Amino acid sequence: MGNKKAYLGIDIGSISTKGVIIDENNNIICSSYLWTKGVPIQAVKNLLKELKKNLPDGYIVVSCGTTGSARRLIGIMTGASVIKNEITAHAIGTSSIYKDVKTIFEIGGQDSKIILIDNGIVTDYAMNTICAAGTGAFLSSQAKRLEIDVQDFGRIALTSKNPTKIAARCTVFAESDLVHKAQIGHKKEDIIAGLCYSVVNNYLNNVAKGKKIKPPIVFQGGVSKNIGVVKAFCDVTGEDIITDPNGHLMGALGVAILSKKEKEEVFDFNVLDLDFETKGYECKRCPNHCEIIAIKKDKKIIDTWGNRCERGAII
Amino acid sequence: MNRIISFPHVGDYSYFIKPFLEKVTLEKVKIAPPITKKTVEIGSKLSPDSVCMPFKYNIGCYVEALEEGANILFQFGGGCRYGNYAELQKTILSDLGYEFEFYEFIKKGKTSFNYIYKTFKSINSELTRMTLLKELILVFLKIMIFDKSEHYTRKKIEKDEGEFKKLKYKFINDLCNERNIFKIFKIKHHYKLKRKTIKVKKPKLKVGIIGELYTAMEPFSTFNLENELKKYDISVKRFTDVSYLLFYKKLFHPFFRFKIKDYLKYHIGADATCNVYRLLYLKKKGYDGVIHTKPFGCTPEVGVMPILSKISNEENIPIMFLSFDTQDSDTGMRTRIEAFNDMLLMRKEKKNGK
Repeated sequence: MGNKKAYLGIDIGSISTKGVIIDENNNIICSSYLWTKGVPIQAVKNLLKELKKNLPDGYIVVSCGTTGSARRLIGIMTGASVIKNEITAHAIGTSSIYKDVKTIFEIGGQDSKIILIDNGIVTDYAMNTICAAGTGAFLSSQAKRLEIDVQDFGRIALTSKNPTKIAARCTVFAESDLVHKAQIGHKKEDIIAGLCYSVVNNYLNNVAKGKKIKPPIVFQGGVSKNIGVVKAFCDVTGEDIITDPNGHLMGALGVAILSKKEKEEVFDFNVLDLDFETKGYECKRCPNHCEIIAIKKDKKIIDTWGNRCERGAII
Repeated sequence: MNRIISFPHVGDYSYFIKPFLEKVTLEKVKIAPPITKKTVEIGSKLSPDSVCMPFKYNIGCYVEALEEGANILFQFGGGCRYGNYAELQKTILSDLGYEFEFYEFIKKGKTSFNYIYKTFKSINSELTRMTLLKELILVFLKIMIFDKSEHYTRKKIEKDEGEFKKLKYKFINDLCNERNIFKIFKIKHHYKLKRKTIKVKKPKLKVGIIGELYTAMEPFSTFNLENELKKYDISVKRFTDVSYLLFYKKLFHPFFRFKIKDYLKYHIGADATCNVYRLLYLKKKGYDGVIHTKPFGCTPEVGVMPILSKISNEENIPIMFLSFDTQDSDTGMRTRIEAFNDMLLMRKEKKNGK
């Protein structure tokens, strides 16, 4: 073991789990990216295994941060020093690489957000609220309907010369529009390109509504891998859109950078091999029936959440 | 048959309305069971899907109250679509086979002393105008005193969480059992001093809450937004409460309209017009950010959102819009609040030149 300090950031999203280890100058030393598959704990175990294997000699991880929708669960388990929301993490991660970035578009599996940055600080942001229209989940379900691989989506979209117009407001309308257009003889690649435009229009009309979009724009999240959507963004906004090959790692990178400020403690990669158990139960003390989750480590409860009042508190 | 009166919850006001109704109607009054997930479940099952959230909460409260034996129901709402709730709710509930009488306080968007008097007279034939007037003054006084105390506690962040809450319920209890005006003021003073003895922290941020009235006043509907904010040491200012709706709104509305004439010329329903003024006010008073809450699909508030965004851009004050419906998980809201808090802190640091 060496003595160069390194910092770990883990981003556990709904679809994928990302991890990076950075050195003191915020350079990514190694990273890992795999599917969450609905089991965040197992995903993080695998992730840590992979990161440990790839970590070059001479580095020692002294701090860890978590972000993403399972940040709290994994944060408690790994003893993370920072547990941060995705928005802040993404903003910090992205602006560490693109110093003058002004706008971040992020479209992920379940959510989409826009973050406006001025001189490295977040000045405004928005996130899709109740509806999941125009996210990765919509694109992949439509890809399935058209029987093409999501990975080919962008490539096929680029071959279209005349994208079909597809309703952008709501996925339900978009879907019926799509079926209708297919049945009256629109070409498949035109429809696919149309879908990319509909995602972009949906995003700009809902999430980015009323926000001042200023270049440079960085586009990230799973959907940024889709070149069809990137091209649609370029066309609609009339600006250059920057995509980063490490775009999916920005959240993890951001939280790793944040963890640098915290107190240092040598990180144990085998931390999740301990006897962890999560137990969910319903509190029956009032008709609210809070769903309480308790996390046990070696049969001892280390944290609980989900209760809304004192009655549900069990530690 | 025993006559039992009940009404839907809004915040803590049920405790004040109960003694008032008891005195005026001379019937038994039962406070509906507290709002829980079950209430919301019942409500959303029985309501039209696209109706705004307060309707669903109200229906849930009514059904739970009816199950507990209530047979006279009151609806106090009015203003926007709220004003048409009563008719529909009455129909839904009687279609379910419940037998009850239903009274509304605000009819066709208007109410008057005479109308209220007639309503209560039909329940209690011995009621005199004098008694009603006395009781109304008493309950309004109590509510105004309570609202003022709430304004104070929202702004302060206690060192030990829950101290204010404990005191609040004692205060409500004492206030509701007292009928002598002088003693009411004595209680007010007593608790004011007591509140001052609670140790408070310096707030890191100041945030104003504006928006629709039900989401502002009923903490359950917003997953206890104000408490969540307090966890981040944020001091909160909220405008909407019952004393505002009853008095201040009427009194100051022309003034608000005048102040916002550059942005909005017409009255666009409910509290939407006031919200424009409030945002400008909060900016002027140096608040760090504003949270706008509304039920999903609230027409007046949706109408005012573009204006608020414009002011937010022009005046450089961040505003976060939150829509609530009957969704179960508060994770989404927590993430947004956390990010909002981070953003406000970063902005503040930058402003202070750190």
